[in-house]
Amino acid sequence: MRTFFALIRRDVTLGIRASGGAALSAAFFALIVVLAPLGLGPDMATLKSASPGLFWIAALLATLLGLERIVQPDVEDGTLDLMRLSPLPLEFMALAKIIAHWLTSGLIITLLAPVLAPLLNLSLDAVPVLALSLLVGTPALSAIGAAAAALGASVQRGGMVLALLALPLNIPFLIFGSTAVAQAQTNTDPTQALTLLGACSLIAVVVGSIAAATSMRLNDD
Amino acid sequence: MPVLAYANPERFARLASSLTPWFLGSAIGLLLAGLFLGLFMAPPDYQQGDAARIMYVHVPAAWMSMFVYGCMALASAAAFIWKHPLADVAAKASAPVGCIFTALALITGMLWGKPMWGAWWVWDARLTSVLILFFMYLGYIVLWSAIEDPARAARAARILALVGAINIPIIKFSVDWWNTLHQGATVFRTDGPSITSSMLIPLLVMAVAYNVLYAALLLIRMRAEIAERRLRSIRLGLEFEPK
Amino acid sequence: MTDWSTFFAMGGYAAYVWPAYVISVVSLLAIAIASWNWMTRAERLASASKSAEGPTPETKL
Repeated sequence: MRTFFALIRRDVTLGIRASGGAALSAAFFALIVVLAPLGLGPDMATLKSASPGLFWIAALLATLLGLERIVQPDVEDGTLDLMRLSPLPLEFMALAKIIAHWLTSGLIITLLAPVLAPLLNLSLDAVPVLALSLLVGTPALSAIGAAAAALGASVQRGGMVLALLALPLNIPFLIFGSTAVAQAQTNTDPTQALTLLGACSLIAVVVGSIAAATSMRLNDD
Repeated sequence: MPVLAYANPERFARLASSLTPWFLGSAIGLLLAGLFLGLFMAPPDYQQGDAARIMYVHVPAAWMSMFVYGCMALASAAAFIWKHPLADVAAKASAPVGCIFTALALITGMLWGKPMWGAWWVWDARLTSVLILFFMYLGYIVLWSAIEDPARAARAARILALVGAINIPIIKFSVDWWNTLHQGATVFRTDGPSITSSMLIPLLVMAVAYNVLYAALLLIRMRAEIAERRLRSIRLGLEFEPK
Repeated sequence: MTDWSTFFAMGGYAAYVWPAYVISVVSLLAIAIASWNWMTRAERLASASKSAEGPTPETKL
């Protein structure tokens, strides 16, 4: 158990310091939110209706950006081999990595989004739902990302491959998350969307951990 | 288990060689028959006119896009569970074929959509799901070529195919759900014309034709893959031959 | 059987129906031919290399 938390602490520390880490995810998220009106025009009504999707797309892309640091560095410096020797099952190692990644990307996005909400004229009623949907959904993005990162760990310049692998799997979360926020904005009940989001997120974290661990074992030839 | 008898790649390749002409010949024959039935014999639809004929190339392609992925997933599962040596080969060989069927489903779907719905693309549930499936095929193909060691690539691809397969019902459900929520005032008739038997028969013939073609291509591509592996091991054997 | 020009017009939808059919047939032909060529080339090389094995093996190509 101590190994579990030690790994989380290690990865979080690395994630904060690394160049592709927490700061980048936050910056990229904010960047997309700021660029959107510049691309879509300043009409507040347009932005309001587009904002749920935009926040979620920004969350997706910001998460995608930081995927390479989940597994690749450990493969390169041999830490992965050490992890495999640990008594803690690799699936829990993977879960620890997912949690650490989420703490340095998803969580930050969740905290940042309500602050940025006025930029896209998201209505006040929807802000709690935005935060909740991101809180529930971003762990899944990290989990899917970790599985993709583990699969593509040995690929040179594998960023494109990771994005391609992770993208289709992320779509349900984008759909449920943005719909929940959009519903909150139009005074429709977002409970169904949020429940679906939560259920799928749970599945994703479990399956993602297993898939990531299985993929990490690939690195042993 | 008879399947294990063909675990030996060489035996399978010989079986595939003898089967290939039959499958290929049948595929061509069925395709010609289907094209003839679809273009000449089938009546125009009372609502969509001759544009409905696109159905005979669109629907079979869409069916195959999903069927082939199912085969890839099954093959990957077989590789994972029973370590059948040819299972990975079958999955790898299937992917480009499935990808092309998917692309055809999308392209013919757009060509059908424009005269019917007035738009080249609509974000209806079915087209959107097929688009996502297209990206899943692409990712699978890219993964195989991105990893240099074939054995590792096989293991990685296996995992991707299985994770993708688990996800497909979820993706399908979420896209359907998304689509019903955002349904505009007009409801697109994504089911196409109502099927009478004079339309059903060309459709089924084309569907069978596409299926047999997939089987033929699978045999051909697996033979190619097996030959390449033999070539690789011969070359490796020669490299390490003591002088 | 109606005359050929009516047939080709496809009730006015010719611009959609024909490309759909042509693209389908051409694409499937393309992958069939590509797969066939790949197979024949690979099988030819593999059997040639195999027969090149012997007391003094040399790497062909």
